[in-house]
Amino acid sequence: MPDDAAVAGEVARGDDSALTPQQRRAQSRPASAHLVAPRHHRPHVKHQFDTLAQQHEADTLGMWAFLATEVLFFGGMILCYTVYRGVYFKEWHNGSRILDEFEFLGISAGAWNTAVLLTSSLTVALAVRAAQLGRREQLIGLLLATMALGAAFLLIKAMEYRNDYHEGLVPGWPFHPDPRLLEPGVRMRPFELFWSFYFVMTAVHALHMLIGLGLFTYLIVQAWRGKLTREHHMPVEIIGLYWHFVDLVWIFLFPLLYLVR
Amino acid sequence: MNVSFTQSINLAGAMLAQSDGPGPSTQFRLWPQQASHFAVQVDTLMAYLLAVSVFFTLLIFLLILYFGLKYRRRPGHLPQMVPTNYALEVIWTAIPLALVMVMFVWGAALYVHEVEAPRDAMEIQVIGKQWMWKVQHPQGRREIDQLTIPVNQTVKLHMTSQDVIHSFYIPAFRVKQDVLPGQYTTEWFRPTKVGEYHLFCAEYCGAEHSGMIGKVVVMEPGKYQQWLAGSPADLPPAVAGEKLYVQYSCQTCHGERAPTLAGLYLRTSRVLENGQLKSVVADDAYLRESILNPSAKIVEGYPPLMPTYQGQLTEEQIMELIAYIKSLGSAANPREPSTAPQTNAPSGGGQRR
Amino acid sequence: MTSIPYTPALAPPETYLNVSYRVRSWLLTADHKRIAILYMISITLFFFVGGAAAVLMRLELMTPQGDLVRAETYNKLFTIHGVMMVFFFLIPSIPAVLGNFLVPIMIGARDLAFPRLNLLSWYLYMIGGCFALGAMILGGVDTGWTFYTPYSSSFSNTNVALTIVAIFINGFSSILTGLNFIVTIHKMRAPGMYWSRLPLFIWSHYATSLIFVLATPVLAITLVLVAVERLLRVGIFDPALGGDPILFQHLFWFYSHPAVYIMILPAMGVVSEIVPCFAHKRIFGYGMIAFASLAIAVLGFLVWGHHMFVSGQSIYGGMIFSILSFLVSIPSAIKVFNWTATLYKGSVDLRTPMLYALGFIGLFTLGGLTGLIVATLAIDVHVHDTYFVVAHFHYIMVGGAVMAYLGGIHFWWPKITGRMYPEWWGRFSAFLIFVGFNLTFFPQFILGYLGMPRRYYAYAAEFQVLNVMSTAGASILGLGYLLPLCYLIWSLFYGKIAPINPWGAAGLEWQTSSPPPTDNFDQTPVVVDEAYAYDKIEVPSA
Repeated sequence: MPDDAAVAGEVARGDDSALTPQQRRAQSRPASAHLVAPRHHRPHVKHQFDTLAQQHEADTLGMWAFLATEVLFFGGMILCYTVYRGVYFKEWHNGSRILDEFEFLGISAGAWNTAVLLTSSLTVALAVRAAQLGRREQLIGLLLATMALGAAFLLIKAMEYRNDYHEGLVPGWPFHPDPRLLEPGVRMRPFELFWSFYFVMTAVHALHMLIGLGLFTYLIVQAWRGKLTREHHMPVEIIGLYWHFVDLVWIFLFPLLYLVR
Repeated sequence: MNVSFTQSINLAGAMLAQSDGPGPSTQFRLWPQQASHFAVQVDTLMAYLLAVSVFFTLLIFLLILYFGLKYRRRPGHLPQMVPTNYALEVIWTAIPLALVMVMFVWGAALYVHEVEAPRDAMEIQVIGKQWMWKVQHPQGRREIDQLTIPVNQTVKLHMTSQDVIHSFYIPAFRVKQDVLPGQYTTEWFRPTKVGEYHLFCAEYCGAEHSGMIGKVVVMEPGKYQQWLAGSPADLPPAVAGEKLYVQYSCQTCHGERAPTLAGLYLRTSRVLENGQLKSVVADDAYLRESILNPSAKIVEGYPPLMPTYQGQLTEEQIMELIAYIKSLGSAANPREPSTAPQTNAPSGGGQRR
Repeated sequence: MTSIPYTPALAPPETYLNVSYRVRSWLLTADHKRIAILYMISITLFFFVGGAAAVLMRLELMTPQGDLVRAETYNKLFTIHGVMMVFFFLIPSIPAVLGNFLVPIMIGARDLAFPRLNLLSWYLYMIGGCFALGAMILGGVDTGWTFYTPYSSSFSNTNVALTIVAIFINGFSSILTGLNFIVTIHKMRAPGMYWSRLPLFIWSHYATSLIFVLATPVLAITLVLVAVERLLRVGIFDPALGGDPILFQHLFWFYSHPAVYIMILPAMGVVSEIVPCFAHKRIFGYGMIAFASLAIAVLGFLVWGHHMFVSGQSIYGGMIFSILSFLVSIPSAIKVFNWTATLYKGSVDLRTPMLYALGFIGLFTLGGLTGLIVATLAIDVHVHDTYFVVAHFHYIMVGGAVMAYLGGIHFWWPKITGRMYPEWWGRFSAFLIFVGFNLTFFPQFILGYLGMPRRYYAYAAEFQVLNVMSTAGASILGLGYLLPLCYLIWSLFYGKIAPINPWGAAGLEWQTSSPPPTDNFDQTPVVVDEAYAYDKIEVPSA
């Protein structure tokens, strides 16, 4: 292999074909590649990457691929929910009505939660912007605001759960709903099924929220230590992406569980 | 063509034959018995598939052998680079595509035939449970793990399960259908040869899955009639259903505050489902739902009065009630339902479709 | 695990193997090659657990009566066999061992995009595996690997929940591996490694990863719902509680049919590397093979209903799934023809990896053609849930995936360990496996068409001759699998030191030392030619 080619770091195809067949055979290894010297590493660039840009692209694509998995994960549940909504229309209708009737200040808890979560998406978007501009205090403030909104969501959810528990709506706990809540003709088994789906879907969503809060805590610590800079703001962007997805799931769950009757 | 083909295949098996005692044949064989009109049709299709498979298997094996030997690595032999030939790629995409499309059309046509039972079939009720098959004939005689049928008679099985999923499989007839809890499935065939054949449960159903077997006995029609009369039979399903109808006082509502059952079977009615008007055909699935979950579909113009019978009726009893409703005639020729206990058997119970 | 000694003699002094010998350096490694070794050891363990169950099953089936084990035990055996082989051996086999080792090297990267995530994958896999072994030791599970409801959710009183947890955790291991591959292949290719120059091994792993990422979560959520139904007694899939058992089957097969392609696509990738190397020729129809991999991955998502032709789904559903199943066979046929055409006018060297690869082509052809038979609606009504299906999928999974895995292990063994395996033993065991495999599974095609159902521990007497043949074949097959285990371990200590490129192969992985250094290449390679430039390499002597 010509030394100058290796030093130059880039070899055109023509250079290779210029070798005579004898020269090629003389090489103990195939001529399909040449080797170039490694680039110098820079801070924040992990050893497997060549450049920060490559690392950012990889991280972003990784998160998108993960979100694709998540879409299918929630999709399976939403499919089952929708199938049974068609089969047990009455029970689903009754369940949605009960959910929508739990209110604070005349607005249903689900609607409050939607508002809270959408606002948190805004604060995350602003936090990403702050990170890109390298504004550390602003970043920490916005992340804290996001966490507060996330916590508020979970708090409202917990109060809803508590209310459901008091009304005997937790499946297998045992399931003994307040008879006043039941519409005529509603059968207990399918009604319980609605609540099973409700609890599984919202609990899995809440689990994602909790993971998100953990990730934000990590970001705040990193920002506090000055590890997040204008150059290295990728973690904020990627975790922000995750948070937007968790919001988006709720945007599907809320109408499915509360509104569509 | 196919009968002789399979006979010659089984010739080798016949050499090793043991004497056939009672029960399904235990003779070693390489091709299954053909005992229903499906068997010949399915085997003919299988012969086509086997021909294609053998051709391509041999083609690939022989090509690999030939190339492997002819172009084996040896001193002085240099490989020649052969560029990709797109004409070749098109050819070996198109030919298999054409061959498999024949398979699809042929297989699908036969499948549609296998699914759609003819209207004149004799209907036999089958209930699967861990780990036995319960069979009841239209005249009332019951069997366990055995299905006795007359030769050349079209038979339709009306099946459900009491617990998990089972599958009613008669290899000699080439038919199989899963038997599901909470739903009805059907399977039909016309046996063409007198004899005894295996009956297997083909869907894994728990510990004694391999014990959920039995035999199918195909008889001359005369012998079948003798057999039917040969032992004290239970009430025919339609009659037992009538008794249940009276026992549960269904007649107090049906006819006045609720729709009459005469001529209901396969009638199209307008029903209210989830607050919307829909047309439904009163088939087995609808009748079952209306017994177990009456409020799901309310016939237009009637109040939702009927209580659910979920948990009060066994699978057999539901089947009997449906058999009774069927005996009250279809939309074309209704018969008045009973108002008081009766003993005379309604004619033609369960024989319409 | 530190006991793989390696004395560098001719190779460069520092390799990924000798960089440290401490246990910690293995258990906390982020090196994709070391993680591949961890996977190799663990999947071998699970393979032999699943294999032991198969041995007991075949022994039971020697006689028509159930006389060796009880029915319950037999049911647990085939469940263990299925769960271990499918979830803990076949699915991770080629991707997590060979893929992990080779994907970065083949594209000229220093590691996967997310090395620590890769290690996490292995830990998740091991935790899942421990749960599965735990469920087995605590009394087993008897639902079959398919977990059909309502049997699994309401009737079985074995360790269903624990096994579900095992598979759920293992599923995330698959997802993370797939995610890692997708990002790596997209973003980490060396300069000049265009998509049109990617080795077909990479193409097939890319297609596999798409399935990992998009199908596995559906299985995960389905199993969660089964567990919820079991624990809370609410009717999601049990009709007695108001659920729909067919819905479970749809969701289960939405994952588990693509899972078959998770097993076979990487195997096709391995064969696409071995065949051109030992025919010393450019692969015939590179573009067609790469395209076929993606076509299989996409179409594979649309054929799940062909497992349910007699389940009671609608006629039209059956027809659509049938025609799509026929269509998915076409890309596979294209691949077989192209591999065969690659031999034409080549310089064919029948070394062990090539024997496995050619065995793969033959057995996969048979498995694929019988796949057409089971895709034909009217025939499937007869052979569904019989030994015909068992034989068909073993031809694909054992005759296909396992043959290719072993071929790949032999092919890259010099690169992975720096040692040569003993050639005579390799050829001998490849021959044993081919003979044993066919003797085991060919009789099962006949058994199936005769009507012997699956999962029967006692059967009708006329099936005995064929069953005895099958058991005899299985003992040959078992020996065939033990031999490589022995001589490959032997070769670690006494095998010849491997040169950089023992086969005269064209791939990028053959340009770095054997075994490679931790960063794979001393310098980042720049690719200037396609992956199969065999016209530029001298033919090694036979």
